[in-house]
Amino acid sequence: MDIRLSGISHSYGEVEVMRDITLDVPSGRIVCIVGPSGCGKSTLLRFIGGLERPDRGEVLQLGAPPTGCLNPLTYVFQDFALLPWRSVAGNIALVLEDHGLPRAQMDEIIQDVLARTKLSDFAQALPKQLSGGMKQRVAIARAMAVNPAVMLMDEPLSALDSQTRELLMDDLIGLWTRTPFTAVYVTHNLAEAVRLGHSIVVLSRRPGQIREVVHLDMPLAERGLGDPDLDRKQQYLWALMRDEARAADAELIHV
Amino acid sequence: MSEAPDTARRVAFRGGGFAPTPRRFVGAAVFILLIVLAEIGTRTGVISPLTLPKPSDVLATFGDLYRSGLLWKHLGPSLSRLAVGATLGVSLGISVGILIGLFSYIRAGLVPLVAALFPIPKIALLPLFVIWFGIDEGSKYALIAFGTFTPTVVATYGAVDNVDRTLIRMGQSFGLSWVSIVRKIVLPGAMPGILSGLRISLAIAIILLVAAEMLGAEYGIGAYILEAGALYDLERLFAGVVILSVLGVLVSMAIGLIERRLLVWRV
Repeated sequence: MDIRLSGISHSYGEVEVMRDITLDVPSGRIVCIVGPSGCGKSTLLRFIGGLERPDRGEVLQLGAPPTGCLNPLTYVFQDFALLPWRSVAGNIALVLEDHGLPRAQMDEIIQDVLARTKLSDFAQALPKQLSGGMKQRVAIARAMAVNPAVMLMDEPLSALDSQTRELLMDDLIGLWTRTPFTAVYVTHNLAEAVRLGHSIVVLSRRPGQIREVVHLDMPLAERGLGDPDLDRKQQYLWALMRDEARAADAELIHV
Repeated sequence: MSEAPDTARRVAFRGGGFAPTPRRFVGAAVFILLIVLAEIGTRTGVISPLTLPKPSDVLATFGDLYRSGLLWKHLGPSLSRLAVGATLGVSLGISVGILIGLFSYIRAGLVPLVAALFPIPKIALLPLFVIWFGIDEGSKYALIAFGTFTPTVVATYGAVDNVDRTLIRMGQSFGLSWVSIVRKIVLPGAMPGILSGLRISLAIAIILLVAAEMLGAEYGIGAYILEAGALYDLERLFAGVVILSVLGVLVSMAIGLIERRLLVWRV
């Protein structure tokens, strides 16, 4: 299933945050969206998943979601959004319970996603017992449990320290290499974008417009830390964004 | 770096305090100290017997009350009034509080009403309750229920408002039904606030118990205290007050226990 954004524009009151964004997210690819703070990256992601409605333009799902898909558009949030009163397994069960699956099948799905995210030993732990990286792995496991057609990842690694981020990036690459998934990955971190993105959409500062779409052909599994090609791409992206980022930083926030 | 120069001074520690830690037995010690002081004061005559009864006399009165079997005769009706009235008020309060938290129209309609009801001294309405619900148990239940209702409503809708919105968005993003979001996200998320509101509501219930028993109650802790007060029988008055205090401590402990069981997930 592909996602097509056509002519998305949006304002919050007087403030125009986004102007005429048209973008295709092809199946089986990771599209990263980068841009200076306040450019509407996260808003765009909320439009794609239907958590917010744009003023103009539309988001289209092209084709049917794969069989066995319980929630085609599934988010991974920056702050994990785990229920603190439920165990790891309980948090994953939460998103399966409404679908009327037999108990055995639910357990099977939970076992499977926990194994894939290397969390099998922590099924009964409460979120407060977990480190930030583990919490995000639980959130990723929860997202995979519903077998999504498209993962919508909103700065999923931004709340983590740089070492954990590195580990989780390896995990994500591993997950994608085994079973390629479609994802829209919003980040302000260019290193993440060049490691994970098949294409990188650079947004301008407010009102957010697409400045450039950078394609990376190197297979995800071959992209290592400090790879010279990737570094060049990252520098190129930074050159595109630097002035915008500086200007965005100096802007007053309209509340 | 190996040798500290003469001007070296140790950095003074200044990061302590502002972090309450449990200290066992201190609470009990304060109680005992006050009682011992009162006992010494009344025995030596520093405190005249008209101002304060001797704690040992109060204890003796309590012993009499217990031996005569009157204690249970008073405590039984009081506890049942408390249980029925508070259960009614709290369950109604939680329900209305949740509705206010969830529905904008109900909020717009009921929040001003609750604000208008809250400051009314419920005791002032006792005659009205007697007319509405009769001089028997009905008016007593109603008074306690009404008194616990308003603080429970306010605590509950505040607790619902404070539920983390990102968790609700998460539920929506996974396509959870409205009922599931309320039952699995909103209610557990509001539980800490509801329980701390319960502490206040139940303390108010105990206060109102005495007020409810002012009218037409033969037995009950409130009736016992009021009778003792009318006769200036300070020993009995204090024995009754001590029973209420103990009741308050027990209720608070019970809620503490529930909190520890239900809210293990809290950080």
